[in-house]
Amino acid sequence: MSESSVRVSRRPSPWHLVLIPLALVMAAPLIWMVLTSLSSVADTQRFPPGLPSALHWSNFSKAWNQGPFDRWLVNSAVVSIACVISNLVLCSLAAYAFARIRFFGRGVVFVLLLATLMVPFQVVMIPSLVIMRNLGLIDSLPALIAPNLVTPFGIYLLRQFFLSLPIELEEAAVLDGASRLRILRSILLPLMGPPLSTLAILTFLTSWNDFLWPLIVNTSSDVMTVQIGLASFQGAHFTNWPVLMAGTLISQLPLMVLFLVGQRWFVASLATTGIK
Amino acid sequence: MITAWARRRSTADHVSGWMLVAPSVLLIGLFGLVPLVWSFAMSFQRNDLQTPAEWVGLHNYDQMLGDPVLVAALRHTLIYTVLFVPLTLVGSLVVAGALNRNIRGISIYRLAVFVPVITSTVATGVIFNFLLDPEYGLANGLLEKVGLPAQGFFSDPDQALYAMVAMTVWGWIGFGALIYLAALQSVPKDLLEAAALDGCGPVRTFWQIQVPQLRPVTAFLTTWLIINALQLFDEVYVTTKGGPLHATTVVVYYLYQQAFQYFHAGYASALACLLFVVIVLVTLIQMRLTRANDESGAA
Repeated sequence: MSESSVRVSRRPSPWHLVLIPLALVMAAPLIWMVLTSLSSVADTQRFPPGLPSALHWSNFSKAWNQGPFDRWLVNSAVVSIACVISNLVLCSLAAYAFARIRFFGRGVVFVLLLATLMVPFQVVMIPSLVIMRNLGLIDSLPALIAPNLVTPFGIYLLRQFFLSLPIELEEAAVLDGASRLRILRSILLPLMGPPLSTLAILTFLTSWNDFLWPLIVNTSSDVMTVQIGLASFQGAHFTNWPVLMAGTLISQLPLMVLFLVGQRWFVASLATTGIK
Repeated sequence: MITAWARRRSTADHVSGWMLVAPSVLLIGLFGLVPLVWSFAMSFQRNDLQTPAEWVGLHNYDQMLGDPVLVAALRHTLIYTVLFVPLTLVGSLVVAGALNRNIRGISIYRLAVFVPVITSTVATGVIFNFLLDPEYGLANGLLEKVGLPAQGFFSDPDQALYAMVAMTVWGWIGFGALIYLAALQSVPKDLLEAAALDGCGPVRTFWQIQVPQLRPVTAFLTTWLIINALQLFDEVYVTTKGGPLHATTVVVYYLYQQAFQYFHAGYASALACLLFVVIVLVTLIQMRLTRANDESGAA
């Protein structure tokens, strides 16, 4: 037994025989997207399907020009970044108050906010649409931002973080009469890097990939996010697979690049949803 | 002295506490609680979102009982959930087990598994539309290679729902594996060493030592996956639009159609309330089971 384990460590691990097919199966759809985005239309109308005959980079310029992907990507970025910033600020403020300040009604309010975590979006979607219409925000970027300015999940996450900090950190400052905001800014903020980056990443991911709400609230092309843009692009180019796959790749590229650069933080952030 | 100071402090606390939570409370109230109550009220209305609404009592709920499409949608959602959740769970666990080792190139394998996590539901749908295309898709190409007949997938009413399961399992396995992998890496090392000393092989160690440690994570993932399965929409919208012949009409897709294609917002709200009740039940059952688990673990 021990003899074989010594031998295994010198040779390539047999686990590669399991992991290579596994990785291929998981990556195949995305690899096929990339290959198709470089094919000609004729390449995609052969059976059985095969590799592109030549590299047709023009699919990307066609997709870029035919769907306003630049506009859609900018819209997605504006909406996602606005949601991230606002969540970081508003969730921090609320979470700090819920964790540290005894104020009237704290328990009830906190439970009510948490309870909304259980409410599926589809339940609030129709009245939310009516609210947006009454606010005159239909078909605008603020309509995508307003309902996601703050999330009960973010408040919960940061409150747990504050509760894990020793209260002694703040006691001296409280006795000195420092304001709550000053304590939050100068004592706690420097410690909040990990939970804030987690919240930022999860908010960005959710907001960037959100579908149902932007689908129903915005219908003009110039205020679509890239996900809705891609869905409408599919409707217009259903038979032109190469251009459609080029558009799909364009729509996924920004997040993929961010993921590659910050894989460690992405993985750690997503893992916290499981540890809760 | 002290009490006066404390009283002033506590008044200040009421004020500063409320000031800090006010923006969040207002926003979550406006976009979370108000619409929830409103939705409930709307479920007793005939409402097309244009002309003035009309109160109809229990009419919408009454109509639900005799709606064959709703019955089909419920059945599809149930079949989908019953297949999607265990397949994703077991798949994620096995994948996480395979990824949990220190060998050369492991980061590339992990990358391949994790990238679908950040791939949007729309992109997933568009890509699988082509992969599963009956005429020119890669899936039928591979089937032909091994001598099997071509399949219809999304265009075949008998297969569309299962194709939906396969596609979404692909989309979710990375997330499950990521959560399981994090949990596996936090299983105490000495536990594994003790098992190895006792002559426990890697496969037995995995199933008998590591997997039981994962129970809380499994409970969380199960609930999370069930809730997401019950809310399936994006992928259906992008691939089959509920077809062919309603074969993939699931509850949320039907709700969407009722609200935004037929403009039956009252009926759609009643469907939403039904969904809400089911999801609250799932959540409460999970909380109950988790608590029972914690208690039996502590005893």
